[in-house]
Amino acid sequence: MSFLRYVLLALIVLGSTFGDVYIAKGMKQIGEMSLRRWHDLLFAPLHPYVALGTVLLMIFYLSYLASLSWADLSYIMPATTFGYVLTALSAHFMLGESVPLTRWIGIIMITLGVGFITGGPSLTVAPTPEGISPHIEVSS
Amino acid sequence: MSHLGVIATWVVIFLLVGLNSAGDMCTAKAMRRVGDFAELRRKAGIFGVVRGVLTEPWFFIGLLAMALSFFALLAALSLIDLSVVIPASASLTFLLNLLGAKFFLKEHVSRRRWLSGMLVLGGIVLLRT
Repeated sequence: MSFLRYVLLALIVLGSTFGDVYIAKGMKQIGEMSLRRWHDLLFAPLHPYVALGTVLLMIFYLSYLASLSWADLSYIMPATTFGYVLTALSAHFMLGESVPLTRWIGIIMITLGVGFITGGPSLTVAPTPEGISPHIEVSS
Repeated sequence: MSHLGVIATWVVIFLLVGLNSAGDMCTAKAMRRVGDFAELRRKAGIFGVVRGVLTEPWFFIGLLAMALSFFALLAALSLIDLSVVIPASASLTFLLNLLGAKFFLKEHVSRRRWLSGMLVLGGIVLLRT
């Protein structure tokens, strides 16, 4: 697997994990929403953390699309769950939260599963014949 | 623990999981039909890739399912505790996606992939509870 493909997988993990973190952080700073102040929601994306989170989630989505163009869903899925490991580790090392033994076992299981699957083939179905040809005019 | 009864809680969670999984599967199907971006870009340029994606109906079905699942998540979070919604939906979506990959996307889910899937699934349950 080429270096670029590993970069795309890393962008999926980092984009979705930190995108969620920053959106949650921003929404917490904005405070609780109420139905009467629904218009606050319109301005939420202007909050720096929410904006950063949104950009990260867009990076995640584009990398996700690109990765699914060359790999199976059953290959990408376990790889993307590595974000959960990242969240648990950053909670421990950055926020000082204690991680109970069951979570450490969970972290090890996900890491093993991800390592195991990325060592195997990434694509097991051929692109469908109607896929590339009808929409795209090949320029030469 | 929750403002809803047990049955209603699971209905909301299954709705969320179904939409989530449908989004992933339709998007994966769309990208399979479009083909490898890198190869496509060599043949038809970056606009060829964009056009390939934007003319793919499965892509929009997937996008719609993902958007609906986002609102279902918001609804679920306002009705059910976060500590119930997140582990339940993450692990069930993972399981449904694995089954969908085999039966809907017709991927070859080898013994290696099942084993990895089960390890990751167990890990999610342990991490999120």
